[in-house]
Amino acid sequence: MRSAVIVFPGSNCDRDMARAIELVSGHAPQMVWHKDSELPAGTDFIALPGGFSYGDYLRSGAMAARSPIMRAVIDAAARGTPVLGVCNGFQVLTEAGLLPGALMRNAGLHFLCKDAPLRVENSQSIFTSGYGAGEELAIPIAHHDGNYAADADTLDMLEGEGRIAFRYRSDVNGSARNIAGVLNTAGNVLGMMPHPERAVETAHGNLDGLRLFQGLLGVLA
Amino acid sequence: MKVEVFVTLKPGVLDPQGRAITHALHGLGFAGVEDVRAGRYLTLDVADGTTEAEVREMCQQLLANTVIENFRISGI
Repeated sequence: MRSAVIVFPGSNCDRDMARAIELVSGHAPQMVWHKDSELPAGTDFIALPGGFSYGDYLRSGAMAARSPIMRAVIDAAARGTPVLGVCNGFQVLTEAGLLPGALMRNAGLHFLCKDAPLRVENSQSIFTSGYGAGEELAIPIAHHDGNYAADADTLDMLEGEGRIAFRYRSDVNGSARNIAGVLNTAGNVLGMMPHPERAVETAHGNLDGLRLFQGLLGVLA
Repeated sequence: MKVEVFVTLKPGVLDPQGRAITHALHGLGFAGVEDVRAGRYLTLDVADGTTEAEVREMCQQLLANTVIENFRISGI
């Protein structure tokens, strides 16, 4: 399998993401610079990593979402290529219009850096097939702008279509309906604030993120 | 030519920063402040002849996130 990790100026979890992908799949991903306009031929998984792309100027993810590589990512997503956006990657996906809603400043205004108790709401997606329905996990979060917002109709639609992949088990950052991760309509794009790539090795002290990569990369292998 | 753009949160969207500013004003003794909404103000230096439609397009494509924000254009 061929995966790609997109690197924006200010990304800082790109190498963690690459390590997690290589650890699970046995193949190192291509690191793709934001100024490239094409993905490597045959890319069958794209990851948008965490960080502070463009210094969070204007809005978190706003500038990155308009960078040249994102046109290729949007085209690939439309063709069904799986796209995972973590933290800043989730913000980029909403800003690019690949996922509904927006990520606002945490309700408590503080930067949050801790393990977040989560529940798997949809275990049928390609990203969450490694988990059981309703399974409880704890995955690290590290964000200032993770407060998921969308209008009530959009939230009802996400609930009705099973597109809420993960929910916080209690209010963490003010997110509407405690949403921690959402899927697109086709189910091939997932954005989530928690960092599964930070919970894949014994040294991390937490292996709860491992099955996301195992499930997804197992499907793609 | 200078154009001003005001980006504000839509009514009903919770504004944690505005709420913190409200609390801070209360702390300073301004008890009459009921609510504060924080927004963004941009000045654009654009070529003469730039139309409002073009600035509107800039707002929709980048300057505002219309999921949560409204914008107002002035000076054109």
